[in-house]
Amino acid sequence: MADPAAPDAAPLELPEARRKLALDGLGIIVSAVGFGFVYGLAARTDAGFSPIDVMAMSVFAFGGAAQFAAVGYVASGVPWIVIGLLTGLLNARHILYSAALAPYFRGTGIGQRAVAAHVLTDESFALSIVHFRRLGRFDAFGYWFAAIGVTFIPWFFATLAGALLGEAIVDPERLGIDVIFPAAMIGLAVGLISGRRELVAAVVGAAVGVGVSLAVSTTVGVIAGGVIGPAVGLLVPKQEARETAPLGSEASADRYQMPHTIVERPVVEATDEDSEGGR
Amino acid sequence: MSAEFVPLALIMFAFTYPSRAVGLLAPAIDRLPRPVLDYLQLVGPAVLTALAAVDVMVGVDNGETVLTIGLPWLSVGVCLLLVAWRRNLFIGLAAAVLIAIVGRAAGLG
Repeated sequence: MADPAAPDAAPLELPEARRKLALDGLGIIVSAVGFGFVYGLAARTDAGFSPIDVMAMSVFAFGGAAQFAAVGYVASGVPWIVIGLLTGLLNARHILYSAALAPYFRGTGIGQRAVAAHVLTDESFALSIVHFRRLGRFDAFGYWFAAIGVTFIPWFFATLAGALLGEAIVDPERLGIDVIFPAAMIGLAVGLISGRRELVAAVVGAAVGVGVSLAVSTTVGVIAGGVIGPAVGLLVPKQEARETAPLGSEASADRYQMPHTIVERPVVEATDEDSEGGR
Repeated sequence: MSAEFVPLALIMFAFTYPSRAVGLLAPAIDRLPRPVLDYLQLVGPAVLTALAAVDVMVGVDNGETVLTIGLPWLSVGVCLLLVAWRRNLFIGLAAAVLIAIVGRAAGLG
C-alpha cells in the first residue's frame, strides 16, 4: 500500500531500502547483544533467574525495559500479578507503535498481524517505520528482518549468555554488577525523555518512589512512582511541554537508535511528478 | 535447573501482548482519548526512574527501609549524565561499572 503518512516523500527502490535497513540494523544488533548480555547477568545475580527463566522472559515477555524492570520488581518482592500490571503499564507505549504501523499492515492476514504484534518492540518499531517510509509501502521481509533478525535473535542469545555467565560470578558487587540495573534503568529513561512532560514525570516518579518506599515499602514505592509520576507530568501545559517527538511518530524512532545508529531520512526531492507518480 | 519464573514470563506476556496487538488487530485504538495516550507516554520514564532511584537510594536495615548514600549514587549519576550527553547507553553503563569497581577497590564501599 502507499505510504499513508508521507505523501510527498520520494520512495526508495526495494534493494536500496533494504540495504539501508540492514545498515541501521547493525547498531541495533550491537545494542541488543550488549544490553541483552547485561540483562542476563543482572537477572541471574540480582533476581536469581535461572537460564531457563531468562530464556522464557526473552521469548514470552520480550521487552528490554520490561524485562529489566521485572528484575527489580522480583528483587523488591512485588507480587507477580502486580508485576504483570506494571509490565502492562510500562509496555502500554506499544499501543502507540502498533497504531502507527497499522496502516502499513492493512491488507495482510490476521495471523501475520497477530504474530507481528508479539515481536513489536521499541527497536523493531524504530527500524520498520523508517523502512516503510523510505519505501513508501509495507515490506513483510523488512518487518521480519527488523523484528526477528535484528532484535529477537541477538537479544535471546545474548540474554542466555549473560545468564550462563552470571551463574559463575561469586561476588557481583566487586565487579560493579550491582550498579548495572539502576544505571540501565536511568539510561533507558533518558532515552524516553523528549520533552518537559516526560522530564517532570521521570523526576516525580523517582521522588515519589523513594519517598513512599521510605514511608511504606519499596514495593509500594515503585508502584506509586510509576502511577503518580505520569499524572503529575500531565499537569505541565502542552505549550510548555515542547514534545518534539511523541511516541508512535517516525521522529520518535530515533530515540531507540542507541548507541549512535544514524537513521538516514530519505532524500526528499519531491516534484509534482514524483508526488503523483512516484508510487 | 529452576524454571520458577517461567509462569511470571507468561503473566508478563499476557499483560504485554494486548498493547502490542490492539493497534494492529483493531486499528480504531488510535482514537483513544488524547489524555489517555499522553498518560501512557509518560509511564515509561516515571517507572524506570522510580526503579533506579529506589534501587540506589533505599536500603533495608533490620527490616526497616532506610535512605542509603553510597558509591552507586555516583555511578548512576555519571551514567545519567553520559547517556544524556552522548545518547549512548553503553558508555554510561561502562562508566558506572568502572566507577563502582575502582571505588570499591579504593575502599569507598
